[in-house]
Formats: sequence, structure tokens, C-alpha cells
Amino acid sequence: MTATVTPAPPRPTTTTTSAASDAAPGALRALARHRGGLIGAGAAVALVLGTVLLGGGSWPASLAVDVSGPLERTSDWIIDNRDGHPLFLHFLGHVSNVVVVSVRAVYLLLLALGWAGVTAAAGLLAWRVAGVRLALTSVTAFAVCGLLGMWVPTMQTLALMVVAVAASVLLGGVLGLAAGLSDRMNRALRPVLDTMQVLPAFAYLLPVVLVFGIGVPAAVLATVVYAAPPMARLTALGLRGADAGVMEAAESLGATGRQRLLTARLPLARKELLLGVNQSIMMALGMAVIASVIGAGGLGDRVYQALASVDVGAALAAGVPIVLLAIVLDRVTAAAGERIGTAPARRSRLGWAVALVATAVVAVAGRLSDRLTWPDPWTVDIAQPVNAAVDWMTAHLYSGVPLVGGTADWAGRLTTWVLNPLRDGLQWLPWWAVLLAVGALALFIGTWRTAVTAVLAMAAIGVLGVWDPALDTLSQVLAAVAVTLLLGCALGIAAARSTRLGRALRPVLDVFQTMPQFVYLIPVVALFGVGRAPAVAAAVVYALPAVVRITAQGVRGVDPAAMESSRSMGATGRQQLFQVQLPLARPALLLAVNQGVVLVLAVVVIGGLVGGGALGYDAVFGLAQGDLATGLVAGAAIVCLGLMLDRVTPPTQRREPVGKGA
Amino acid sequence: MARTRIALGGSALVTGAALVAGLTGCGAADMTRQSSPYADAKGSRTVTLSVQSWVGAQANVAVAQYLLEHELGYRVDTVQIDEVPAWDALSQGRVDAILEDWGHPEQEKRYIEDKGTIARGGDLGVTGHIGWFVPTYFAEKHPDVTDWKNLNKYAEEFRTAESGGKGQLLDGSPSYVTNDKALVNTLDLDYQVVFAGSEAAQITQIKQFAKEKKPFLSYWYKPQWLFEKVPMTEVKLPAYTEGCDADPEKVACAYPHTPLQKFLNARFADGGGDAAAFLKKFRWTTDMQNDVALMIADQKLSPQEAAGRWVKENEATWRTWLPS
Repeated sequence: MTATVTPAPPRPTTTTTSAASDAAPGALRALARHRGGLIGAGAAVALVLGTVLLGGGSWPASLAVDVSGPLERTSDWIIDNRDGHPLFLHFLGHVSNVVVVSVRAVYLLLLALGWAGVTAAAGLLAWRVAGVRLALTSVTAFAVCGLLGMWVPTMQTLALMVVAVAASVLLGGVLGLAAGLSDRMNRALRPVLDTMQVLPAFAYLLPVVLVFGIGVPAAVLATVVYAAPPMARLTALGLRGADAGVMEAAESLGATGRQRLLTARLPLARKELLLGVNQSIMMALGMAVIASVIGAGGLGDRVYQALASVDVGAALAAGVPIVLLAIVLDRVTAAAGERIGTAPARRSRLGWAVALVATAVVAVAGRLSDRLTWPDPWTVDIAQPVNAAVDWMTAHLYSGVPLVGGTADWAGRLTTWVLNPLRDGLQWLPWWAVLLAVGALALFIGTWRTAVTAVLAMAAIGVLGVWDPALDTLSQVLAAVAVTLLLGCALGIAAARSTRLGRALRPVLDVFQTMPQFVYLIPVVALFGVGRAPAVAAAVVYALPAVVRITAQGVRGVDPAAMESSRSMGATGRQQLFQVQLPLARPALLLAVNQGVVLVLAVVVIGGLVGGGALGYDAVFGLAQGDLATGLVAGAAIVCLGLMLDRVTPPTQRREPVGKGA
Repeated sequence: MARTRIALGGSALVTGAALVAGLTGCGAADMTRQSSPYADAKGSRTVTLSVQSWVGAQANVAVAQYLLEHELGYRVDTVQIDEVPAWDALSQGRVDAILEDWGHPEQEKRYIEDKGTIARGGDLGVTGHIGWFVPTYFAEKHPDVTDWKNLNKYAEEFRTAESGGKGQLLDGSPSYVTNDKALVNTLDLDYQVVFAGSEAAQITQIKQFAKEKKPFLSYWYKPQWLFEKVPMTEVKLPAYTEGCDADPEKVACAYPHTPLQKFLNARFADGGGDAAAFLKKFRWTTDMQNDVALMIADQKLSPQEAAGRWVKENEATWRTWLPS
């Protein structure tokens, strides 16, 4: 993927050192110099005091708040008033109507164009904005969707995506505009956007379903919650980054505020805006399968139904079109972003006219020949060979492989030797010691402010009454992050040092990053059995591509002059790697750590579906049983874990992950 | 330049708002009367059926869909939803029917008795039963394992990495009714309930165990096609009596036998014409359901192919379901 990670506004990284040196020199500076020691000493004192005053044990019940009562009453109220209360009749009902009407309009348009028309339109559109090569890719991609027998579901998903992305871009754009123009809005919005992105999709499917009912409106709205934040962030970033000189010039010409916005600021931010659209599309596609759980229909529903009959092949047949849509949409919007302002206007207008006419001709031809839906005989069944391959793989790798042992043995060892001690250890620690550790770690890495956030987030988990399951989840996340970083850095370094490997790896990473996680759920269980080990495996599969990419990019981006001079001094390849490339790629490696954590956490709910238990299972349980209390509390706890982990990993130029799943 | 752009934007906004108002009608918008945007795409009558995540439910829906489409000329949409949300969707009219319900007294009271938005659709003809099962190859070697009183003796054999020092009782999807945690507690069993989290995961695990002829103890239910592939024997739990499962914390008895029920959206039941009449009459046997389920899950036929085959061979049965 060309634009899998995007820059977001850097977090203020003022450390205590710089802040203190301005305020009061001397004593404070001395304090700052011995920061590490001071934190350590403070923690040691607190540890002793805690042992004496508070004792051990997990989170005390007296400090927990039971929120299930009010949540249950809320859900009952909604169900009882949904078909009569003015709020629903005069506001939410209209929202829901607009969604249904728009999705239907797009869907009928796509059906009316027929498969030939849609394929031609996609090809010509790609040709206009991105050139011939991408046009061919687009045509092939749509043809493959048809070949797999997925034409109609693909059109349903596409219709839903068009509406959801349009709404996300609109909403994100407005939020971003506000944040870009006002510092106060920017500060107020940041935590909101953070929460929208860390909240597992499963947790907010439930309230959305309660209000809107199963179906397309709920699916579109859940997708918008998920896909709008990157657009908002990038719009704000673009507006804030406008060239001061240009703005001054506009002002000196006597332009009003509105004119400056429309004629200078927004045009200058075009690239960020387009990148925002690109990111919204990718996020929305990431939701396609998860939204099927609440009746979105389309490709996601096919994947989900295939899962029910344990049919990996059928799930893959529906998953491939999602991957193809993602690749085509990503490449085309990314190319459009790069080309901005380069194509001469007149020729471009002519080209567009040609494209429009050609599409119309093909669509009409399709109509006349009465071939609107993809012809059935032209389909290929990939389900059977895929299932045979999966069966072979699981039969031969599960156990009894000479020397290394089967995957089931690895899973058993991972559970017994890593996951169990880690979980038991975390749960054995007194609750205040966990808070202390989190606080000290965050203070080490960030500022007192990040430390307070991290400690409060962790404490909130205790207050919500899910301390033990949250630590269970934490132990799985830590194990998965460790495995991901180990594998990801090794692969990333290898890919950076060998161009051929890098090129071979790229499509594989693309697929893994966009393939809906539901597709690899069954193979993961077939290889590792039910339990926490397959949950860890699923998380690794999902988080690995981003880590490999970031590492490879970092290592490859090392200043060639540094490499050259080290070579001239007679450094071996190994020395070069460890003494030049890796130290210089440090920022990228730190970013990889942060991304690893965020992405692994995003798969916690999927882990719940394969026996991971803990918070992931609670989130799934809440949705399946319509139990708002269990589901929302688990979701909130996952958000808190995410916040805490984000604060105790090194702050770098933050980047947004893409296609983050449940 | 800037001004014209704003004017254009403004007029677009006004047109947009007018369009929305025109399309959805002014005044009250009742969400419970919205159909799916994909429905009636070719101007035909559409029925929406809810499918639950197990294959038996897929089999019911597949056959109903096949007959509705081929014999009665409807278009059928299917939506996969978990059991409890399905009731809610049914009440709202988002789906027209649930063909296999395993008993949800709370929902029945709320939607049928209090609100009147859901109507009963009669028996499916299949009786469901939940229980604890061990593989038959293991039960034959150790016949006494089939009584719960002897389960502790075998806890060691059922141990896995996931269950720690105890025996593993494998449970499935979070949407299923289960008293297993309470049962293990009240019966004082040396077992740990491990939730597979989804039926797909549970089936995959059971198949892996069976391939290696390993012992396992699992929550499972009948009718289920997997019995044809992995023969399993039920473990006897203390007998079920009416109301013995009233307190979910202290259950100490087996699960009941439940005649599975159909439910229709109340408005659809009255005004659904042939489709509603057909769905009310739909009634078949456990064996028939298993035939179709096995074709879907094991031979990996698409549900529609499987239904087509069954329909071809059982005309006498389904003829009686069609409205006269």
C-alpha cells in the first residue's frame, strides 16, 4: 500500500528538562538531570509505603462502581421508546432514512451501469487520475470480483462504502476545519478523536444497533465513527501547516477571513485533504466485515456466513474482493494526491469527456446485450482448492513435525511458559503496585502529564470492575507485541538489505493488512487450538505488516553518507547493521513499537472469537446477548488499556494505522 | 470568485435539504418501517430472513429461500445476526422471520406479550437439546465417563494448556445459552470452562481433537451435523425438572429438550401474503435438517445448491407447505 501510514500532528514533546530550564534555572535543572534516579527513588519509597499501608490483592471492590443498572435502564428506555418518542420520529428516523435512500440510490446506479459499465468506469477513472498501469489494475480487480462470483455483494459493499466515505469526509472535514482554525477546538477534539480510534468497533456496534436497529443505517454510522477521525486530523494538519508567507500575502491584499480560507488555506492543504480521503476509505473498508455483524450485507456478510459453516475457502472468495477494492481505491486516491496541480487543465478536461462518453457507451452496450449482472458461467470456484490446502496444512503442521514439533505444541508451550506466568504475575501484583509501575514508566518516557493520564486510565479500569480480565488481556497484548517486534524487525531489516526480498514481500504485506481478520480465524484455530495462543497468533499476523514496513523504511532511509563512510573504514555488514543502521533508524524502530502496540490491541476482540477470553470475549458477549453493560464496559476498558499503553511507549511522530479491525 | 463559489455551495445545500425532505417525507419518520436499501432492486417482492450462526439455522433458511424464490416468486435477502439482536430486528421489521429459536422467555414476554410486534410462527418440527459430550471413541474405552459423578476421575485426561491444572470443558459461542460455569461450581467439578468464543472455533478444535483421537469434553447441542463426522456421546447430568434452572447462579441440572420455534414480525404475519403463510406451514424433521446441514458444512456446497438437491428429492414434504 502506498499510503499505509500517515503523519498526524506531533504530540507536544516538551520534556520536563526544557520546561524547567525556562522557568527556574539552577536547582530545577539539577533535578532534571537526575530525573531517572529520582523517579526510581520515589517509586521505591512508594513501594515500601504501599506494602505497609495498603497490602496486596487485586482491585478492591469498595473502589469499584457498578454501572450495569443505569446501562440496562438506558437500553430498556430506547427499546420502549424507539417507535414513538419524538427524538426518534423527528430526528434519528430522518437520519436513518437519508442513509437508506442514499445507499439505495448508489446501489441502483451501479446495477444500472451493469458489470461492463462499472468496470469501464473504474478503469477510465483510474486512467484519468493515475495513468494506464493503474487503469489496468482496476479493470483486472473488478473482473476478478466478478470471476469469484461476488459481483452483487461487491456492488452492495461499494454502495455502502461510497455513502459512508462521503459522510466521513464531510463530518471529518467539518471537525478538521474547526480544529484547524481554532486552537481551543483542536485541544478539545484531540481526546475525542483518540477515543474514536482506539474504541474497539465491536463495543460501539451495540449502542448503534440499539438506536438504529440491525441493518445498513447502523452499519454506515458505525463506519463513519471509525473513518472520520483520520480525515479530521489531516484536515486540521493541512490548515495549520499553511505557509505563513502566503497567508500574510493574502492578508495584505485585503482578503477577508472567509476569502483567505477558501482561496489560500484550503487549496494549500489539498494534499492533506486528499490523504485524509484516502485514509477514510481505507478505514471504512476495514469496517466492512465487522459491520456485517450488524447486518450491513455485501461482501462482509459473505465472509461472516462462510465463517459459520467453517468454510475458509468461501470466506477467502469474499475476502479477496475486499482486498482488491482496498488496493485499487488506495492506489488511485494516492496517485491523485501526488498528481495534484501537475496536469494541464485543458487536456484534462478533454480526457474526462472521453472517459465519460466511453463509460456511457459501454454501459448502454451492456444494457442492450442484456448482460447487467455478471454471467454465472464466467465464475471460478476457489473455495474447494483453498479448503484442501488449509486442510493439508493443518493436518501436517498441527503436531508431530520432526525436530521443531507441531504448531499445537508451540501453542501449548507459549501458553504454559509465557502467557500463564505473565498473566498470573500481573494479577498477583498488588493493584497499587501496578499503578505505580505504570506511572513510573510513563514518567521515565514522557512528562508528568502523560504519567497522570496513564495512571488514571489504569485506575479507571479498576473502577469499572474489570481489573482481572484487563490484566489477562494486557498479558496477551504484551506477549503478542514481543513476538511481533521480534519477527517484524528481523523481516524488516532483511527486506531493507535485500531489494528483491523487499519487492517480493510487498504484495504479501498488502494482503495481510487488508484481508478481513475473520478469514484467518479458522486457520489460526486449526493450527494453534482454542485459547489464548491463537489470539496472540491472530494479533501477530495483523500487526506484523506495519512493523515490517516501518522498520524497513527506517533502515533503508539511513543517510547513505554514513553508510559509505563506515564502509570506507572497513566495517563488516554486521557491524554496519548494528553500529550504524540500527542506531540511526532509532526513531523508526520506536514508531514500530508504538504501532505494534496499537495494532495488536485492535485485534483483542478477534482474539475473543478464538478463545482469548478476557475483555475481547466480554465485548463479543455484549453484542451477542444485547448486553450493553458487559459490552460497553469491556470496550471502555480496552480504550483505557490503549491510552495507558500509548503513554508508556516512546512518543514519536505519531502515525495513524490503516484498516484497523475490530 | 469566492462569492460565486459560496452561492453555489449554498444553493447546493438548499437543494440537498429539499431533496432529503422530498425523499423521506416531512414530519415523522418511523424507523421501524424502513426496508433494506438492497431490497426489491428488480421490482420483485422481497422477504428478509435472519440466519443464526449455526449450520442448522442455515439449512432452514436455505430451503425456505429456495422454495420462496423458485415456487412462489419472491426475492429473499438473508442477514446473519446473533439470537438476541435478531429478536430486536424482528420487532423492528428489519427481518421478517426467525426460523429456529431455542427459547428466549425474556424476549417473548417483551415483544409478543407487551409490545405485540412479534407473532408466533409455530413449531419448526425439530427438537433441540444442549448437553455435555465426550467423543464416542473415548466413551467406549471408559464407559463410566458418561455419568457426571465420574467426571472428576477423568479431569486429568481432559487437561489442556489453556485449562491450567484442571480439566477443560469446552464452551462455544457467546450467544448460546449456557449454565456451565454454575454447573461446574454447584456440582463441585474439577473443571475449567474455556470459551471458544465462536462456533467456528469450537468445531475446528473438536475436529483437530478427533483427528488425533484425543479425549475432550465439550458443550454441544443436537441437532448438529458434526455428530456425523465426530460421533459423540452425551454425559448424563442431574435430570432436568421444570424450573430447576430458575436461578442462573445455582443451576445443578441438565438442559431441557426444546421444541424449536418460528417467529414472524407481527405486521408481516398479517400482511405477508403467500410468503407468511408458507413460513408458518414450514415444518420438517431433524433428519431432513441434518441432511441439508451436512451438505453445506461438510461437502461445502453453497446453501442454495444444498437446498436445491434436497428440494428435488423431497417434493412430497414441501408440497404441503405451499399455500393452496
